[in-house]
Amino acid sequence: MIRRLACLFILAGALSGCRDWQSAANHAGAEAERIWSLTLTFTIVLGLIWLAVMIAVAIVIRRRHRAAVSLHAAMLDDEKHRRNSWIVGSLLAATALTVAILTALSFVTQRPLFAGRAATAGVRLIGHQWWWEVRYDGATPGEMFTTANELHIPVGTPIRLSLESTDVIHSFWVPSLAGKQDLIPGHNNSIELLAQRPGIYRGQCAEFCGLQHAHMSFLIVAEAADAFENWQAAQRAAAATPQESDRAKGAQVFVSKPCALCHTIRGTPAGGTVGPDLTHVGSRAYIGAGVLPLNMGSLAAWIADPHGLKPGVNMPPVHLGPDELNAVTAYLIGLK
Amino acid sequence: MQGSRRPVSTFVALAASISMLGACKREIRDIRPDPAGAEIPLTNAMVELSPGGNPPVTARTKKGEDYQKNAYQLAQGKTLFKQMNCSGCHSNGGGGMGPALIDNQWIYGSSIENIVATIREGRPNGMPSFRGKITDDQIWQIAAYVVSMGGKVPSAAAPSRDDAMSNLPGESRRDATFEKAAGPTTGLGK
Amino acid sequence: MPRAAATPRRANQRDTGLEDAELRERLAYTWGRRPGLIGWLTTVDHKEIGRRYLVTAFVMLALGGLLAAIIRLQLARPEQHVVGPDLYNQIFTTHGANMMFLFAVPVMQAFSMYLVPLMVGTRNIAFGKVGAYSYWMYLAGGVFLWVSFILDIGPDVGWFAYVPLSGPQYGIGKRADVWAQMITFTEVSSMAVAVETIVTVFKHRAPGMTLTDIPLFVWAMLVTAFMIIFAMPAVMVASTSLILDRLIGTHFFNPSEGGSAILFQHLFWFFGHPEVYIIFIPGTGMVSAIIETFSRRPVFGHVAVIISLVATGMLAFGLWVHHMFATGLPELGASFFTIMSMLIAIPSGLQIFCWLTTLLTGTPVIRTPLLFVFGFFFIFVLGGMTGVMVASIPIDLQVHDTYFVVAHFHYVLIGGAVFPLLGATYYWFPKITGRMMSERLGVWNFWLAFIGFNVAFFPMHILGILGMPRRVYTYQTDVGWDGLNLLSSAGAFILVASFALFFFNMLRSARVGPLAGPNPWDAGTLEWLAASPPPPHNFDHIPFVTHATPLWAERDSLPIVSGISVNTREILITTLADAQPEMREASPDSSIWPLIAAIATTIAFIASIFSPWAAVWGSALIGVTLVGWFWPKSMKEDEE
Repeated sequence: MIRRLACLFILAGALSGCRDWQSAANHAGAEAERIWSLTLTFTIVLGLIWLAVMIAVAIVIRRRHRAAVSLHAAMLDDEKHRRNSWIVGSLLAATALTVAILTALSFVTQRPLFAGRAATAGVRLIGHQWWWEVRYDGATPGEMFTTANELHIPVGTPIRLSLESTDVIHSFWVPSLAGKQDLIPGHNNSIELLAQRPGIYRGQCAEFCGLQHAHMSFLIVAEAADAFENWQAAQRAAAATPQESDRAKGAQVFVSKPCALCHTIRGTPAGGTVGPDLTHVGSRAYIGAGVLPLNMGSLAAWIADPHGLKPGVNMPPVHLGPDELNAVTAYLIGLK
Repeated sequence: MQGSRRPVSTFVALAASISMLGACKREIRDIRPDPAGAEIPLTNAMVELSPGGNPPVTARTKKGEDYQKNAYQLAQGKTLFKQMNCSGCHSNGGGGMGPALIDNQWIYGSSIENIVATIREGRPNGMPSFRGKITDDQIWQIAAYVVSMGGKVPSAAAPSRDDAMSNLPGESRRDATFEKAAGPTTGLGK
Repeated sequence: MPRAAATPRRANQRDTGLEDAELRERLAYTWGRRPGLIGWLTTVDHKEIGRRYLVTAFVMLALGGLLAAIIRLQLARPEQHVVGPDLYNQIFTTHGANMMFLFAVPVMQAFSMYLVPLMVGTRNIAFGKVGAYSYWMYLAGGVFLWVSFILDIGPDVGWFAYVPLSGPQYGIGKRADVWAQMITFTEVSSMAVAVETIVTVFKHRAPGMTLTDIPLFVWAMLVTAFMIIFAMPAVMVASTSLILDRLIGTHFFNPSEGGSAILFQHLFWFFGHPEVYIIFIPGTGMVSAIIETFSRRPVFGHVAVIISLVATGMLAFGLWVHHMFATGLPELGASFFTIMSMLIAIPSGLQIFCWLTTLLTGTPVIRTPLLFVFGFFFIFVLGGMTGVMVASIPIDLQVHDTYFVVAHFHYVLIGGAVFPLLGATYYWFPKITGRMMSERLGVWNFWLAFIGFNVAFFPMHILGILGMPRRVYTYQTDVGWDGLNLLSSAGAFILVASFALFFFNMLRSARVGPLAGPNPWDAGTLEWLAASPPPPHNFDHIPFVTHATPLWAERDSLPIVSGISVNTREILITTLADAQPEMREASPDSSIWPLIAAIATTIAFIASIFSPWAAVWGSALIGVTLVGWFWPKSMKEDEE
């Protein structure tokens, strides 16, 4: 209901293409829901106070005098003065009371936020300039896997992410699921996500982190437990050897060109750890940490000239012939 | 009052700009390298030995000049130096399995062009060729950084210390005396 | 003044028994500046320096505003390429740093420099030479930042310059050093003015002006001055440690060698939050002054407002962590700062209630300055309300570092400081230039600013809720922020138009505005006793004060103090609490040394970005200029 209202409000603001998947108003997580109702309470209470002040100002404006007048006698009237002191005093007490109530409300809402801090994290999230490395933990090395810029989580199960950074400070933020938490070099932070309904939620780095801070987003895919298990199983597997000839050629290009020195594709000799793990890059929805939706065209454009789309990105433009470019794009797209 | 204020501030601005003009090029960030940029061919002598005692002919390039003086390219080179695991053999420039890079003894020439050639082509006894493994721009960046390791670039452009443990001062703190001091102690693997 | 110069100078001529005209002429000669360029460079007159501060700060405002316009142009549509990320980062950093350090704080101190001595009834600010020095330092810092920006060395790490992004490894080149050293310049200058303000208010008040008789504007500037002295050292520690990390490789902020990235944030915000109040409290002082004059009665609850100013000043130092709620703090610590942040609503509320009571019980006459005060109520109170929201940890975790916060602090700073400042300019302009500003243009100015501001910044609240982070140079089309950003950009250009009108009105009125006379608004405080513009010596006779609004209490017969020298710069020192006359003291003469010392300091500061040795030889250089500064001159000893 409230969500509808919010979206209506937004539409009224002459918005085009309101996809609403990175919005604190469109909450889909337990934490985000608590915060949103607190936000609304604060907005209403504080809005009323603001309105009261504006009414007082309106009264002043109504009682204005057109011409300059001599000094007012109010400064000397003792009895009036005492009455006004009482009014101001009670307004002050009312302010203090409001502040106390709001503080208490805020305190109650923050309790669950701090309660789960000690739990162990099942996913490590590592911030890089300007992409997200995601490492899923497992009981055995075979169950661990690495991916980038896209996390899947099961609906209804709390998932704790440990937040780390190897370069500068980043901040992890999925407005639809929870508030933000910083990734700070030398500090261990974590955040808990609990998705209440399936969906794709967008998040973005919220702490200024350099040239491409604007293009450092990611997706959270919340899905039913079995779909999540399937996804995990698929991610754990090494990349399949391509059967088609052009894709086989693409695989060859990938390992013989500069690609392999920075990117890993498990199951091939490519083992670089500088850039994102591409083992299942074809299964992700976006390329370049949210720059463009993934398809043949966008991926080819990205490989040919990443700086045209994301100036300053650490991926260099790689000089490939048209055949090579097509082959390597087809190869990567096929890595589901 | 306003009238006479202006000449003064203009004068200050002018003096400041003149004194800082030299800094312009150091700070430019060429964050969109030419996607079609081709490799610059080099014509360097491969060794310092040459008949008749003449020094090897080394053709200097503008790109080399620019990269050595540019803070952004040097910083990128420093990052790549670590990412490409150059330290695996050269340590942080002090030398290990491979020769030291912070001293003043160079087997294949000390100019940036010579270093580019070394990285591009590889050298006997272990130095692999990086041609095609990384882009040519990245080779120039790494080479520029290698020059800075011995303190031979402008200190205002050279990288400073890392956010990591290190027993060496940042590149911007190194100068000719550092290079000399580093010479005898780190002459491993020559 | 050739005639006065020809007058034989007898030792220790007193102001008793002199004709008014002759007295004025002699005092003006004694306190006036030397002729020509040398006179312009050597003056220590608080009014001259205050005017320079004002003009420079308004130039900075215009430059910073231009950057804001570029920002809004870039963000008007998604994925635009008006500027690239590299330039954009320099632009938003320079906009923020410029507005905070080179506009907001100095412009308030400019008013303080100009008005405080007039309002407390003295002839110059304490330590006039320090005032001159502080102006040159401020000018040098401003020129330094802008020249760097033009040369593509503008800082690009945010006005908060968090490490490690600004640190030695990721802050490439000298850009972060420009930020850090610009801070040093402006801190030196604002600390200097703060010390001058405190001493002037404490020791140079006109006899009889007890602590509660001090005008509220002066109280606000006094509280601000103390806050500057306590807050600024923290940021100097932060910026200097940053320069040390970057230049000589110390490890203050390097986690792998035992430093901490969080430490920088604590140091920065220990300054950074009080900074907001350093900008806003002078604004409240201006509001008090304007409300008092235009509601035709003294401010209701004079003492209550003073107490709330002091309380705000103190509480402001207990809020800084609410900028860091997302860094992963322990709950108890974070909650403390929630409570403190909420508490500050109480003194701020008290001031608002007192002002409203004043307006409701007075007979308000609406002129442009009061219009801006109404704008202040509308905008600032809304900003205060969103301030209560960001004080709550859960809400802050959503809106922190989003456009919601951008909206919040522009509401607080533009509403709480710039609207009062515009009102104050309309209000005190006749005192400073002797001419009134155009009311007609003033009303246009107000409505354009009011509408433009709200159209530009209100949508940002919603953008923040919709998930738009701060400091992004662009945004994608698939997140639904297009419409509101376009609306906001449209508002921004209305706001730009309002400022263009404001500057036009100032420049035009300074030449052709109607003459004002000493007290055009029939106001009650002492600055309106002096002529407009005030003569070099401010007052022909030092007044004796018995009331907070002396010009209203004793309309025609303000008592005066006599027996003060007319041929040496002599001022009265009074006791701290009751302003009983204590002694006469010499006020400094014109001197070239502040300028020379400022040049030496500038050289030392800029050179120390490049070489640590500059701190050594630079100190020696500054030391030499200080020897010149303090070289003993034969002058009359201070008398009891």
